[in-house]
Amino acid sequence: MKDWGYKISTPRVIDLDIAYTAGYAKLVEEVPSAKKCIMCGACTATCTASNLTDFSFRVCHILFRRGQVANLSVELDKCMLCGKCNIVCPQGVNTRAIISSMRIILSDMNNRNNPL
Amino acid sequence: MGRKNIIIIGGGPAGLEAAYHLALHDYSITLIEKETETGGHIRKDLKLFPDFTDASEVRKDLSERVMHPNIDLKTGICIIELFQEGLKWVVKCDNGSSIIGDAVLLATGFETFDATRKEELGYGIYDNVITSVEFEGMLKEGKILTSRGKVPQRIAFLNCVGSRDEKVGNLYCSRVCCINGVKLAISFKELVPDAEAYCFYIDMRMTGQHYEELYRTSQEKYGVTYIRGRISEAAATFDNRIQLKSEDTLACLPLKMTVDMLVLMVGIEASRSTRILSAQNGIAGEYGFAKGSGINFRDNLTTKAGLFLAGTCKRPLSFQETIADAGAATIQMMDYLKDI
Repeated sequence: MKDWGYKISTPRVIDLDIAYTAGYAKLVEEVPSAKKCIMCGACTATCTASNLTDFSFRVCHILFRRGQVANLSVELDKCMLCGKCNIVCPQGVNTRAIISSMRIILSDMNNRNNPL
Repeated sequence: MGRKNIIIIGGGPAGLEAAYHLALHDYSITLIEKETETGGHIRKDLKLFPDFTDASEVRKDLSERVMHPNIDLKTGICIIELFQEGLKWVVKCDNGSSIIGDAVLLATGFETFDATRKEELGYGIYDNVITSVEFEGMLKEGKILTSRGKVPQRIAFLNCVGSRDEKVGNLYCSRVCCINGVKLAISFKELVPDAEAYCFYIDMRMTGQHYEELYRTSQEKYGVTYIRGRISEAAATFDNRIQLKSEDTLACLPLKMTVDMLVLMVGIEASRSTRILSAQNGIAGEYGFAKGSGINFRDNLTTKAGLFLAGTCKRPLSFQETIADAGAATIQMMDYLKDI
């Protein structure tokens, strides 16, 4: 077939009708302090990975909250679990536990979707 | 029956306003202030938000009105104890004297947050990290200078210092720091038009009348830059400037910058007198503030008959709200005194 140069763009909107928000429900069960986040960005400001790569804990957190989990596992691997974000967080959010929990929930989801 | 005696503790805006109204209704008022002068925190202000009223004019109005034959003003006196004895209220002062009244109005106000508790922001460690109160003091002196006596060319204000901060135990919003930051940034730009002013915020809470308009004016007319992100830490550079780290949460990128001065917008906490006197009378509420009897109604009343509350001893309030609240408290007191 002749290629006319047209293509169908995949929507980039957050579609909350189909988003995977169950993951976040599970996360707040495991790390209740996640609900206290006020998105101030102190975590990202102090983060070494954020200063050197395009990693942002705050952005990962909000994407996960909105069920936008595609490519998130790759992003989360940039965190070195140093815990500086835990120290600067004014709200006492257990940021490190959130990262670990998001990793586990995402890998469970991947395993379910792609069984061996 | 004789004239009823009212004791007002605190000679800030709430205490002064209430004293004036009660004096007009022919009560005998004893107004006690721990400092040597009345006026409370507005003594430190140059201008009031949102309309840049001269704070000393407002203070003058408030203090002149309490020069009334029905008001006995006692300054420089601290209260050690407040308790009820039958239907009367007794106040014990640090000079050994006691005052007896039929009703007491607690107008013991607030204190600003001690910024040394947020060590990562460098207050008390680096010279050019100062509080909003100290910055206001400089404005009042008419000059903003760094520790080395230079006019700062770039300055940053940080909101929510000691507010919305679980780690210091203050979950609440102090409500007035956002608009006060806007006011300070404009005042600075008026004084040093060529300088840059940055405000770091988590949310801009422009809830009062004319607040949003002033926030807009600060951007349109004065070119103040607002960055949505909390400063995670501050450090001094070799030349005594301050390097900041934040996230620009709207751009989703970490941000760093060096400024000549960092101003911490310190939040409102319950004052020492508020904490002590509320605890003595079983009316201590959240965060050390005094607790009113109700949220929707009876906010100026307490569980103790004859003990009333006005102003920021209850929670963070603006100057205008404090004045309104003091008026409301006087009516509640007159209702009570009518029946005893």
